Amino acid sequence: MQARALESEAYFIQAEPYYEATGDEIKIFEAAYRNKLPILLKGPTGCGKTRFMEYMAWRLQRPLITVSCHDDLTASDLVGRYLVKGGETTWVDGPLTRAVRAGAICYLDEIVEARKDTMVVIHPLADDRRVLPMEKLGTLVEAHENFCLAVSYNPGYQSVLKDLKQSTRQRFVALEFDYPTTELEAKIVANESKVDRALADKLVKFAHMTRNLKGSGLDEGASTRLLVHAGKLITSGIEPVSACRSAIAQAITDDAEMLAAVQELSSSLF
Amino acid sequence: MADNAPFTLEQILKPLETWLEVEFTFLHVNEIAEALSRLPREEQDFFLSWTRRISTTNIQISYQFAVRATAGLAHLNQRVIEAWALHAMDTYDRAGLRAAMQVIEDVENFVQLSHAHAEGAVFDEFSGILLNFAHGLSGRQLKIAQGDAPYTDSETLFLPAVVAVMETAKDNFTLCKAMVAFQWAQTRFGSFRIHFAEAFASFEDQAFALKQFHGLETLRLEACLQRELPGLAREMQRLKFTLGENEFIPDPWQRFAEQLAAPEASVNDSLRLLQEAYTAPPAPTACYQGELRPDAIAACKAKRTEHEKMHLRIKLAQMLDEIEKQQSEAPREAPPKIGVQEHQDSPNELPSFDITLDDIPVAPPEGVKQLLTSVYLDFGEIPPEYLVPAGDGDYDLTQFEAQGKDPDDVWQGTYHEEGATFYPEWDHGRQHYRKNWCVMREKDVTPVHDDFVPQTLHKYSGLIKHLHRTFEAMRDEDKLLKRQAAGDEVDIDALVEALADARDGREMSDRLFMHMHRAERNVAVMFMVDMSGSTKGWINDAERESLVLLCETLERLGDRYAIYGFSGNTRKRCELYRIKRFDERYDDNVRARISGIRPQDYTRMGFAIRHLTKVLNEVEAKTRLLITLSDGKPDDYFDGYRSAYGIEDTRQALIEAKRTGVHPFCITIDKEGQEYLPHMYGAAQYVIIDEVRKLPLKVADIYRRLTT
Repeated sequence: MQARALESEAYFIQAEPYYEATGDEIKIFEAAYRNKLPILLKGPTGCGKTRFMEYMAWRLQRPLITVSCHDDLTASDLVGRYLVKGGETTWVDGPLTRAVRAGAICYLDEIVEARKDTMVVIHPLADDRRVLPMEKLGTLVEAHENFCLAVSYNPGYQSVLKDLKQSTRQRFVALEFDYPTTELEAKIVANESKVDRALADKLVKFAHMTRNLKGSGLDEGASTRLLVHAGKLITSGIEPVSACRSAIAQAITDDAEMLAAVQELSSSLF
Repeated sequence: MADNAPFTLEQILKPLETWLEVEFTFLHVNEIAEALSRLPREEQDFFLSWTRRISTTNIQISYQFAVRATAGLAHLNQRVIEAWALHAMDTYDRAGLRAAMQVIEDVENFVQLSHAHAEGAVFDEFSGILLNFAHGLSGRQLKIAQGDAPYTDSETLFLPAVVAVMETAKDNFTLCKAMVAFQWAQTRFGSFRIHFAEAFASFEDQAFALKQFHGLETLRLEACLQRELPGLAREMQRLKFTLGENEFIPDPWQRFAEQLAAPEASVNDSLRLLQEAYTAPPAPTACYQGELRPDAIAACKAKRTEHEKMHLRIKLAQMLDEIEKQQSEAPREAPPKIGVQEHQDSPNELPSFDITLDDIPVAPPEGVKQLLTSVYLDFGEIPPEYLVPAGDGDYDLTQFEAQGKDPDDVWQGTYHEEGATFYPEWDHGRQHYRKNWCVMREKDVTPVHDDFVPQTLHKYSGLIKHLHRTFEAMRDEDKLLKRQAAGDEVDIDALVEALADARDGREMSDRLFMHMHRAERNVAVMFMVDMSGSTKGWINDAERESLVLLCETLERLGDRYAIYGFSGNTRKRCELYRIKRFDERYDDNVRARISGIRPQDYTRMGFAIRHLTKVLNEVEAKTRLLITLSDGKPDDYFDGYRSAYGIEDTRQALIEAKRTGVHPFCITIDKEGQEYLPHMYGAAQYVIIDEVRKLPLKVADIYRRLTT
């Protein structure tokens, strides 16, 4: 855990990330950013939430600090902790503190995965106070004026245990993400993976088939990200059916029967 | 003699005579035995074991199986024979001896169809995959079932028990897949958007006209599949080529095919061409086209359209209500104008629908999109009368929903199986399941509001206090772990020690942190309570008291729990009594239901375990427990559910439960439990309580030990 001491606030995105807007999310994000409002991104995995964050970081010219939340993520992991160095304790800022000080965009990916007690540390940052109390230091850090807090969560595979509390969710401007329309998704796949448009159309069609299976055996259909993976494999000379098996079918399920069914769908299509 | 030497005639004859009860049935087993004696040992074992297994179901079927199997099936793939035998037994379960004999006799047909060493595709093996395959395709959620021929009624795709047309198992599977895709295409591309009775009324030979029409539609749908699923279309061509079906296509059919291949061709074009096709030579056939059964389609469609119309109109009315509640403006003058906007992303796709109210788009209520798609498939549009919100009097959906039937009605009128759930049962003689064997219904326990619960609480007040304390201690087991390699805070003690070590020149430990470990208790438990007649009296009292104590303690612990009672009276009447559901609070109603638990009929356990496992698996939890409170071994009236059969079925159900990650456990007061419980539950998965009155004292404690 101590290995997290990267100079993360220096992470500026140089080249423009490829992002296709599906609605007015860019405008809303910018308006929220100007008004110092925190942002909540909702949507299924692989539909472009992280890419959107990269794009916005590039657009606003702010460093992006991403923390992937997991069920053992403690408040100290975000805020910072004492470490022992040469017989003395020294304080090391966590990623959230770094972002707050440097005025970076802090993106907490899959926030519901984090432990409940962790989530409350972002509360004072996520309302008009914009401060981060550092309990162990006994100090309070005021957020840099460029600091921005964004979190994401996937309402799709929610269990009752992993619901976002009202007190948390009601602090955010929410942006909803979904898979792009057929047309746009094919364009994205073609652009990202350099396959031709006809093949991209087929990949998207295949994705729709797997999304039809959501709820009847699959937790989640194939995401745009997986389509891009498959497309890249195809561009490198892999047969479409094999590419779909490795990049998509195996990625969305381990169930042998479902795997066979998904496999049959792709072999029917190509 | 070597272990795998073939059995001699004598050795075969003896068991055959026993199994087939030759003494009473006078069946001639000599020929069978002779034929078997010429086979290698492995095949002898195979045929003998199946003959024995079938004989536990029915001796006649077993005899006929043996006769036919030995007469000429020895060269067939064993998997196919197995499927055939199982199919015969399933048919026997479902439709009786006559139907089963038909299946057995049909094997001649079946062998004719297949090649030497045919490796068929067997329904049970492919149906799971193909069901998911069908769900992946767009449109209505279709079902797959076993039927006497491949056909669809527009909601269910029927496939034969065994498909052995092609030579290899792989090709036979591909053929099944082609059948599924073809039947799906019939629903997706509107083959049933015509009125069959009207359309064919003018033809003298209706059966022939229907055949020709099916041929035309096959051509049209092949073209659709070519566009929609090119990969599969190639495979379908290959299958036809292998079977020699597309070698020569007679004259007008070639022309029909070209006309029907146009993307805009519809079922009406097929109908138009039928006039000419009626006088043409018979249509070319395709191995996957199956049969066209207008009666089945019409019946299914009539029921569905009626239901969906009502359903949609009610949903729309509910939607209007919601909207009007939000806009508290003056009542509208004109009636609301509801419209539907279709938009199609690409020409090959099903359109998606948006609902508009007075030309302004509104969010469609849940489930409406699925409904609209289904309606679109039937009509090719959304008929305007579907968009009239239901009036006040129309709110009665129950007439369309079989679920609404009161289980008790079953026994007052004629017997029916509506609204019941079916569960398989393990037949240990057959070494296979009896499909859809148990007819299961959930019922509510009639609540009894008396002073049973307060009395129990009073009677055990000391114990309850003790239990509360113990369970509260278990409740939150957050532990501060010291001397960790990583953690939230520095462990000063460890640090001082490590520094001292360093000064001394010893190695400094890196375990210098404290970590707060939060043990999140994440348990869901299902209590399955024996409500059989034998619990009458003090056992019943003890069970009820135990449940009260359990509820009291579990409320402290915060574990999610549910309580169901079970009882059965033959396979046709398997009942589960809801006492407390997972999402219910422990309130007066639940208390009254615990108080209202009364002994019912018999102890049939398999179905209860299967159903409750399903319920339990719907709850999100790390640990899932299924605890049975019982007073004896599985036993049911009349249909042989006792001794070995009952125990084996229960064991099988428990194995299934374990496979899904549920931990079963049994608490019993049967002193002879030692004899069968280890076999059913496993060595350490049960507790026998020797005195009934101790049950309430022990149960909570057992639970505590189980979950820590």
